[in-house]
Order: sequence, then C-alpha cells, then structure tokens
Amino acid sequence: MSAFLATWFVNVDWADIGWAGVDTLLMLGGSLSLTLLLGLPLGGLLFLTSPGQLHDSPRVYATVSLAVNILRSLPFVILLIAMIPVTVFLTGTSLGVAGSIPSLVAAGIPFFGRLVESALREVDRGIIEASQAMGANTRQIVFGALLAEALPGILAAATVTAIALVSYSALAGVVGGGGLGDLAIRYGYQRFQLDVMFITIVLLLLLVQVLQSIGNRLVLHFSR
Amino acid sequence: MIELRSIHKAYQVKGAAVVALKEIDLSISSGEIFGIIGHSGAGKSTLLRMINFLERPTRGRVVVDGVDLLELQEQDLREFRQGVGMIFQHFNLLGSKTVGENVAFPLKIAGRANRAQIDARVDELLELVGLERHKHKYPRQLSGGEKQRVGIARALANQPRVLLCDEATSALDPQTTRSILQLLREINEKLGLTIVLITHEMDVIRTVCDRVAVIDAGTIVESGPVSQVFLHPRHRTTRRFVQEAERVFDEDVQATANGSAARTLRRLTFMEDTVHQPLLSQAARAYGVDFSILSGRIEQIKSTTCGQMTVAVAGDATRVSEALAHLASHGVTIEEHVQ
Repeated sequence: MSAFLATWFVNVDWADIGWAGVDTLLMLGGSLSLTLLLGLPLGGLLFLTSPGQLHDSPRVYATVSLAVNILRSLPFVILLIAMIPVTVFLTGTSLGVAGSIPSLVAAGIPFFGRLVESALREVDRGIIEASQAMGANTRQIVFGALLAEALPGILAAATVTAIALVSYSALAGVVGGGGLGDLAIRYGYQRFQLDVMFITIVLLLLLVQVLQSIGNRLVLHFSR
Repeated sequence: MIELRSIHKAYQVKGAAVVALKEIDLSISSGEIFGIIGHSGAGKSTLLRMINFLERPTRGRVVVDGVDLLELQEQDLREFRQGVGMIFQHFNLLGSKTVGENVAFPLKIAGRANRAQIDARVDELLELVGLERHKHKYPRQLSGGEKQRVGIARALANQPRVLLCDEATSALDPQTTRSILQLLREINEKLGLTIVLITHEMDVIRTVCDRVAVIDAGTIVESGPVSQVFLHPRHRTTRRFVQEAERVFDEDVQATANGSAARTLRRLTFMEDTVHQPLLSQAARAYGVDFSILSGRIEQIKSTTCGQMTVAVAGDATRVSEALAHLASHGVTIEEHVQ
C-alpha cells in the first residue's frame, strides 16, 4: 500500500493533505453555522416585507434586497479582498481559517437568505390565511406554521449553501486561508503536481457527496 | 348575530379601482345556517371574509355579536377571531403536523390552556368529527372528507359562536359532500353555532341552509328563506342556479306546451302536507279537466319535503280556473309559467 502511494503520488505530503482537510472542515463548519444562524432571519425578513405578505413594506424590502444583491453580485475573490479590513477588525487576522470565515459568511448569508425567502414563498398562502383566521399574530404564524411547513425547503437550501461554501472556501487560499482548494491551486495548478490535484479533488468530491446525502436525508425525513 | 351594513369594497388594481362589493346589507341571526350563493368572481369570498375582517370594507360597518369590528385594535381583533371558526375549500391544514397537532394549533394560539387541557380538548373535538383513530396521522394520509373533518375540528377548537365555511365542500365528491353537510347540521344543532357558508352549488344551500342570499357582480340580488328563494326564484341569476340544481329543460317544456295552444300552463308548488295528497287527480275528476305534467320534481329542502311541477291544463276555460282554485284552496301555490 505504502509502496503504491509512494510510486503514484510522489509529490503528496499526506500530513499537509490532512491539515488542509481539517482546515476545510473548520472553514465549512464555522461559516455554515453562522450563515444559517444569520441567513434564516434575513430570509424571513425578505419574505415578510415582500409585496402582498404579512408586513408588506416596499421600502424595507427594496433596501434589504439591494444589499443582498450587491453582496451576491460581487465575485467571491473580490469580496474576499474587499472584506480584509472588516475581517481584521472582527478576528484580528486576515489569514488562515479565522481570516476566511467572515468573507465566507458575508457571501453565504445573502445566498441562503434568498433561498429561504423562496422556500417560505412556496408555503401555501391558505396556511397563512387559516392562521390569521384563528387569530394568530405574526410570531405565531412564523414559528407555529410557516417554518414547520417550509422546513424541507429550508433544509434543501442549507444543503445547497453548504456546498457553495465548500467551493467558496477553495478560494480562501488567495488570502492565505488554507484548506483543500488552496492546496489544489498552489501545488496542483501552480506547480503542476497533478497527483496533489487529484487527491484534493477526490476529497472535495467526497465532502460534497456526503453533504448532499445528509441534506437529502434530512429533507426526506421532514417531508410529510 | 352578524350585521353587515352598506358594505362597499374596492381594490386598487394597477391604479384602477375594481369594485368587489356594492352596498351590501345583510343580517344573520344567531343559530341559523345562512348560505351565500354566487358564481366565481361574484364577490362571495370577499363578503365572507368581511365577517372576520380578513378583508376590510372600504365603506360600511360589520357588527358581530354586538362588536363593531372597525373599532377593534389589532390585539382585540385577533382575540375576536379566536371566537370565529373558519373552514376552507382546500382545507389549509398544516402538512408538517399531525391531525392532533393541527387541531391543537388554535388552542396554542389562544394560549389559555395548559398542555393536558389542550390534549383533552383535542380528543373531544376529534371524537365530535369522528376521527379519534387518526390523531397521530398526517393530513397527507387522509381522504378529502377526513381532511375537512380535521378542518372543522380545528375551527371549533376555541368554542366559536360563528363558523365561516369557504366553499367547504367544493373539492369533495357528492357523497362526501353530503356527510360533511350532515356534520355541519349536527354541530349547528348540538352547539347552537351560527354558520355562514358560501358556495356555488344550489344543492348545498338546499340541504343545510335556513336562509340564503344570492350574490351577483358584487350585489345581493335576492335573499330570503331557502324554500322561498328556491321554489319561487325572482332574479335571473337565482333562476339559473335553481335550474342547474333541478335540471329542468325549458326547451322540452316549451316544445310540449307548443303542441296545444289552447292549454293553460301553470307552475304548481306543493309544500309539506300537500305533497302527500292526491290533489291533482281529485281536481281532474271533480272538474273534468286534464293535466299533463311537463316537468316536475319532489325534493327535500333542509327537512321539508316539497314538490314543484309545471303542468298544462286542458278543458273548458271556466272548469280549468275552478280546478286551479280548488288546488289553491288546498294549499298549492299556483304561478304563471315563466321562462
């Protein structure tokens, strides 16, 4: 086995791969949890203030929508660099896992927020009307009915977001963020070490597969 | 119980005002089943939603149980709505929650009962609608009729004084429709609940309602006790609804009547006792006239049996009018045949 690895993967430093894998998981875990935590209320706000909804407010909706669109239209590399001062302010560094998480979260929140908004929009209007007819207030409608009804959609959105964050995290290398993607770029691309490239791609593929199947299972479990 | 006074409702659609309801006046008494019938787009849905203020009138007042809804603040309006149940054409159940949880939802919203009380009330309600066995199922696992029963249990959770039914049987097959209407009648009698229902089916009105209002293009064109409106419709729209229900083909009547110009066409209405008496043959024997029945039906309006037929009477003119007078004296309503 080790002879096989030594012959075919000459350039691969397995300890490096291991640490890069850990970095990727840390970046993903940190950014995903913050993204879900902050993106969910954002999606709720977008939904509730959109035209014809419970708190229809053209001004709030337009403002929040514009901010979301600005963040979403910036290519991630540019966002990563533009965010450096904010990142330093928040984490004390612009490097490594900690240095990449604020940018990942800044890209993830508007992405996830939009998906949550459309998941909420998928809920039958009649459910809201029935809740209103029962005398429910907005909090009761959102927490008692809407979130439960939209849960499969929200879980699917979280899965898509997690996978998007994996691919964003590959660019974290630009600011010295580390991780598997960084390894693929520095060794695989810039030094033509195709074996390193191959290993990182396989690992990323595995990660994406695992995320997608966890997501699918959760969606299925909560679809009644 | 429910007073709608000069209700006017207009929507702004792309800057232009679209009038949905015009000068509606309605008075619904406590404990009755009141039907509102109209074609889709006639405004019946909007009218029903005035009663719990899901739709607010542009002008006019809504008074329910002595409370003027316009005077209620947000919080008071929500509390008021807890006392008004509503069921829907597409049931609007929470698909992510079990039958029991769906019925418990309005109780949780009201927030007046603890968990054990809620659970006990849910069992009681499911028993009332005959779904005890389905408490832990999800709505997806139920048939349409069972879903509507869950809807009814949910609407009754907070012991409302009024139940609003929004096309509650329109998505159900005829047999299920009958069982749901039967259930509505039962709870109306058992709980003394005032029920307001909207529908486009005359059969629904005929089966359960005490009184009916016919709505067309945002105005009420006719209203009154169901037997009155159903047997003696005055407005064109009402006549169309009645014809849909009775399947009388005017062309056939016309064709038969044209066969003999000398005959007298009359519409006879028999109510309650007169339905069971051999009045026509008695009149024929006594006055020597002949009746040919061009169309007819015997039906149940709520729990009253009534019969209505269009007849051509042939014979000596004096004898014919004597025969008709005889029928009238025995309680048969006689009208000129109208197209």
